Amino acid sequence: MNKSSRFYHFINKEKNVGVIFCLPFIIGFLVFLIVPMGISLYYSFCDYDILSPPEFVGLKNYIEMFTQDEVFWHSVKATFYFALVSVPLRLIFALLVAMILVRPTKATGFYRAAYYLPSIIGGSVAVAILWKRMFAPDGVINSLLGLIGIETNFAWLSDTRTAIWTLIILAIWQFGSSMLIFLSALKQIPKELYEAADVDGANKFTKFFKVTLPLLTPTIFFNLVMQIINGFLAFTQSLIITQGKPMDTTLFYAVYMYQQSFNFNQAGYASAMAWVMLLLIAVITFILFMTKRFWVYEQE
Amino acid sequence: MKAKKRTGTIIYHIFVCGFGLLMLYPLFWMFMSSFKETNTIFTTARSLIPDPFTAENYANGWEGFAGVSFATFFKNSLFVSILGPIGTLASSACVAFGFARCQFRGKKILFAAMLASMMLPGQILMVPQYLWYEKLGWVGSFAPLIVPFCFAIQGFFVYLMMNFIQGIPRELDEAAKIDGCSYYGIFGRIILPLMSPALITGAIFSFMWRWDDFMSALLYIDDPNKYPVSLALKLFCDPGSSSDYGAMFAMATLSIIPIVLIFIFFQKYLADGIATSGLKG
Repeated sequence: MNKSSRFYHFINKEKNVGVIFCLPFIIGFLVFLIVPMGISLYYSFCDYDILSPPEFVGLKNYIEMFTQDEVFWHSVKATFYFALVSVPLRLIFALLVAMILVRPTKATGFYRAAYYLPSIIGGSVAVAILWKRMFAPDGVINSLLGLIGIETNFAWLSDTRTAIWTLIILAIWQFGSSMLIFLSALKQIPKELYEAADVDGANKFTKFFKVTLPLLTPTIFFNLVMQIINGFLAFTQSLIITQGKPMDTTLFYAVYMYQQSFNFNQAGYASAMAWVMLLLIAVITFILFMTKRFWVYEQE
Repeated sequence: MKAKKRTGTIIYHIFVCGFGLLMLYPLFWMFMSSFKETNTIFTTARSLIPDPFTAENYANGWEGFAGVSFATFFKNSLFVSILGPIGTLASSACVAFGFARCQFRGKKILFAAMLASMMLPGQILMVPQYLWYEKLGWVGSFAPLIVPFCFAIQGFFVYLMMNFIQGIPRELDEAAKIDGCSYYGIFGRIILPLMSPALITGAIFSFMWRWDDFMSALLYIDDPNKYPVSLALKLFCDPGSSSDYGAMFAMATLSIIPIVLIFIFFQKYLADGIATSGLKG
């Protein structure tokens, strides 16, 4: 057997083919996920400013984070507030609109498109800078309020009560993708269930709470988990629109992590923050899964 | 009875349509403002109609910053958002085929790793990846924005294509096998041509995500000649910038045009992708 036919034999062996096809992922997973995670785990136990070599300090970063760094706690608070308020509101909103749009009319396709567009461009820098100008004292929000008789030059972005709400509204505005998911889930509910409910004399509300909602809970659950995870790491919008101001009320975790690493050159500390966030996400996902059996309807 | 139903329908349409316009109002406002004279944008914020109408903002904005024009920024964005998706699609299609059609040891663990990487948001890797790319000497180049994506690290695309391949009848594979086709032949000649809808959906999402990507550009690109559009737009907001809001809105409008065009022409594929990402429990 010569060399090339042996090679030919090797790559066509049943058990090797799958591995060869999956090689890109195997390499990518190791080189771009596992190695950086490993490096950062080590650095999280170091004083490291990127410029000079890392110096091992044990648990110092973690201890400092939990006991001395007030800004860290501000960022945790802002992040929880944002994720736990904006995600449920967005899902409720998406479900409401999906219930309205599920009714077939000639213009439904157009309406769906109109509601869906913001969610595909909402994450861009273009929208972030637009949002920043809209909520400025001389922005379009205040001038529209003037139109309905409320003359004001309120600075939405510099008030500790309203700044985070501008970001929450921006998140809710992007409800379109969730709406599309609910629309296709609604269509999968068998018509017979509603017919049976009609026979039993159920009204619209009963039908919604006893048929529609229970059958949607698996979809709601999955989207709740995924969106809360992403909500915990909101970055671009806060960095551009509010820069964490005022008084750290919009300083999201990811933004603070960025500042620690790239503005204050505390790469060791930032690595520790990344690991704490990873643990936090794992815990929250676990808690959400624990609640699953109380409210998520599992079909046999 | 009929009249009552009719009024109901009209109220429905007025409500839904009105609300839709409210949703799109910020975008209309930005678009129309980009044609106003820059010093009148906020004094006339209530009105949508530019008076007088001017395209000057587009000319001013296009000049860019410090001698680097938006032509360069757009070119950079296009470069990254074309090469990245090509790598993503090619690698993800291979991996998806491996998962969907081949049996091998460790497949289950590998699949679990892929699902886990799907749950892992990119921001958590911000610092670790930076430190790693710094070691590799990639910081300051386009490599961190392109190379990792050529290794199927975004589970979404693998998952999307795997679902699609599983919908292709296995009999086709078997028939080809009997005719003497290797796995590579089955992949290249049978599966790949058949999965073009999934490839289109993947291409659209990959392009949009690369085009909108701001974080990795912010981390890795420091030379204005290499700035993509998203990073260049941020310069308009930086303290100390001249705050030419007309130019800012003009360039922001231009930057979302590719996405809006995709949205108009490929809506069906977008909806497919969203269904895959959100329906599975």
